[in-house]
Amino acid sequence: MQTGQLAARSTVAPTADAAERAFLAEQRWERWRRVVLPLLGGAALLLVWWALVEVFQVKPFIAPAPQVVARTFYDKFGLLMTNLAPTALEAVGGFLLGNFAAIVTATVFVHCRSLEQAFFPVAVLINSIPVVAKAPILVLLLGNGLAPKIAIAGIICYFPTLVNMVRGLQAVSPQAMELMHVLSASRREVFFKLRVPTSLPFLFSALKIATSTATVGAIVGEWIGSQVGIGALIIQATYNFDSALLYATVLCGSAFSVLFFLVIRTIEQLVVRWDTGVTL
Amino acid sequence: MSPAPALQCEGVSVRFVSNRQSVTALEDVSLTVEAGSLLTVLGPSGCGKSTLLRVIADIVRPQAGAVRVLGASAEAARRSRQIGFVFQDATLLPWRNVIDNVRLPLEVGTRPALSAGAMGPEELLRLVGLAGWERALPHELSGGMRQRVAIARALLGGPRILLMDEPFGAVDEITRDRLNEELLRIWRETGTTIVFVTHSIYEAAFLGSSVLVLAANPGRVCEIVPIRLDEPRMLSVRESPEFMRQAAHLRAVLEMC
Repeated sequence: MQTGQLAARSTVAPTADAAERAFLAEQRWERWRRVVLPLLGGAALLLVWWALVEVFQVKPFIAPAPQVVARTFYDKFGLLMTNLAPTALEAVGGFLLGNFAAIVTATVFVHCRSLEQAFFPVAVLINSIPVVAKAPILVLLLGNGLAPKIAIAGIICYFPTLVNMVRGLQAVSPQAMELMHVLSASRREVFFKLRVPTSLPFLFSALKIATSTATVGAIVGEWIGSQVGIGALIIQATYNFDSALLYATVLCGSAFSVLFFLVIRTIEQLVVRWDTGVTL
Repeated sequence: MSPAPALQCEGVSVRFVSNRQSVTALEDVSLTVEAGSLLTVLGPSGCGKSTLLRVIADIVRPQAGAVRVLGASAEAARRSRQIGFVFQDATLLPWRNVIDNVRLPLEVGTRPALSAGAMGPEELLRLVGLAGWERALPHELSGGMRQRVAIARALLGGPRILLMDEPFGAVDEITRDRLNEELLRIWRETGTTIVFVTHSIYEAAFLGSSVLVLAANPGRVCEIVPIRLDEPRMLSVRESPEFMRQAAHLRAVLEMC
């Protein structure tokens, strides 16, 4: 076995250039595959969808064919955007408020153990309630309008970020704490120079989850007695049996959610430049 | 006039209490380290080697006994930055590049102003052989290189005492040999008093002006063995019969305890 490998290597050695070229070609092919295969997968799904609607003659109010959805998306683009604007505002506003509140709370928890021990279990408990169950309760509490939806999106972001941020701020290695002690660093210095940077990867994984939960929060908030927004449009389209508009609206909402996620991921890539998988 | 010893421990005892049992990590440890010497601390695992270093660095408070560092308390020595500490892991901050990691001591705590004679971060990186790596991030370095950065960081501000807790335990043997030789060079060039914890007999004998052999359960001083070898020590000295004899003696002392 080993002699075989050695022999193989000695025959390759004189043509190192060819080996390198082959390697680069393989890498290009691999990159290409990574783009093309998902596109093919998506196209296949659309094809199956189209075929099912055609073959079984599904009525348009039950499920629309993909080309009809695309057509509606194009024709009613103005309507979709008018309704996306408030939803986006609620989602982004809630995202900012909820996460800010979570970061502040986590900071307080890390500096006051008794508060953490009293309220952290409660936070974990509330966090375990599903979003769809929390939203109606909050609508009842907060009424109608733009502000309550921001509050819903914010509260829904709050708990996962709080849980992650507390973990992140505490994920400091004991040796790093000893190092700071030897350097006679103050609590404030330990917090800003050690705890905050350590927590950033944890924070960003929570923020990435929060992009979609904030969007879901805003939409679910709009389900109950709202006139505008993606959530309201979903309800209206459903009651009017306008399945094409329903699908186009859902598409619009998830496109926003994906865009929101990509923005946060880009910021993460700019901020967290170190390798988080290695202990140093 | 003889200068005050760099380090004095008298009757130091440390007990750790957990919910099941209490462990005596150190019992009645007394020792004196002369300024400018390099003491290696050798012993089986669990003999309190690391605890001894942490007592000197004022990380762990002893239940009994007194520690004098440069004639003052351990806390005063820590606050005035007379102590540098190198941990088992390099403990670099992964988001800071090499030079910013070395600079950390200037940004926190007592923030010593670099005196005219003291080496700056760039100079220290040259001293540990990492010139040109200033902008690299820790994960781009090998384990040995990371430990060199940690040594440069510990030397910033010119501490009089350098405490090293098995710093080369995680690097491969070839790198470890080179780092050992370089540590001796740094020791000669800076004149820093070094206390170096290891569980390798050869490392202890090669580096140490003398070797403190600790016994385990509870951790206590077994013997302090002076090592006499031709100076400056080169790696080749380890093949000499003289080195072999002293290493064999250390092994015998270890087994006796």
